[in-house]
Amino acid sequence: MTNDVTHTADKTPAETPETTTGSRIYRPLTDIVETTDGVTLMLEMPGVAAEDVDITLEKRVLTIRGKVHATQPEKLQLAYAEYGEGDFERAFTMSDDFDPDKIGAQVSNGVLTLTLPRAAEAQPKKITVTAS
Amino acid sequence: MLYPTYTRRSDPFAVMRSMLRDFERTSPGRATQPVFPAVNVWQGDEAVAITAELPGVDPADIDISVKENVLTLSGERKAPGVPEGARWHRNERGFGKFARSVRLPFVAAEDKVEARMTNGVLRIVIGRPEEDKPRKIEIKAA
Repeated sequence: MTNDVTHTADKTPAETPETTTGSRIYRPLTDIVETTDGVTLMLEMPGVAAEDVDITLEKRVLTIRGKVHATQPEKLQLAYAEYGEGDFERAFTMSDDFDPDKIGAQVSNGVLTLTLPRAAEAQPKKITVTAS
Repeated sequence: MLYPTYTRRSDPFAVMRSMLRDFERTSPGRATQPVFPAVNVWQGDEAVAITAELPGVDPADIDISVKENVLTLSGERKAPGVPEGARWHRNERGFGKFARSVRLPFVAAEDKVEARMTNGVLRIVIGRPEEDKPRKIEIKAA
C-alpha cells in the first residue's frame, strides 16, 4: 500500500438542505436519452438496493431518492478513503405529458433505469394554418 | 482531500510529505486524469478489505488478480444500449476500460481472496497469512 494520494473523480454532493445526522447526500450521475416512445433516465446509485429507491412525480417534478447500505466490512477499520458514502438525491423538472402510472423503474448493478413513456394523447398534433 | 489515516499515528511528517506531494501534483502542467474506480481500504487484524463503487459494471466484466502483494482490478464499463434515433439529453456517466492496482501490506495467498459485488459496490476481502497476524507477547514473571 503506498502513501500516495490518488486523484479520483469526485462524487458531487447534492445542493439540498443539510441532514440532521451530518451524513452527505450525493447527486447521482445521470444519462438521459430521448427515444421515440419517451424518455429514459439512467442514474448511478452504487450501494442502493431496489427496495430502497423512492421515486415521486409531483407537479412535473420527478424526484429520485436512494438510501445507501453502508459497506463496513466486519471487524475492519477504514485505513484509506477515496470516496464517501451517502444517500443519493436528485430532482428533474419534466414536461407535463408523462403518465405517472406508466413510469417503469429497474435497478441493476447499482444503476437505476427509469422509463417514462409519453402519454398517448400528448403525442404531437400538427396544426395546419390556413391562409385567409 | 483525504489522507491515509494510519500515517498520522507513527510518523508526524508523513502527512506533511503527503501534502507536499499532493501540491506538486496539482501544480499547473501536471494535470492528472481522475482515476477510476475510487477505492476505500479497510484494515484489521484478520484481513484487509478493498471496496470500490462500480455502478453499471457487470460482475462478469471485472477481473481481479493477485500477484505477490499487488492486487489488480480491471474491467470495462460498457455504454448502455440505446435504440437507434435516440437523442442524448445528458451524458454524465463515463464508459470504457479501467485498471487499478493496490499494493497490499503482505503477500496474499490466492485461496484467501474473496470478492463479492452487491448493488454495484465491489468488496474484496484478503485474509492475512498466519505469519503476518499480530501476536500477543506474554510477559513472563522474573
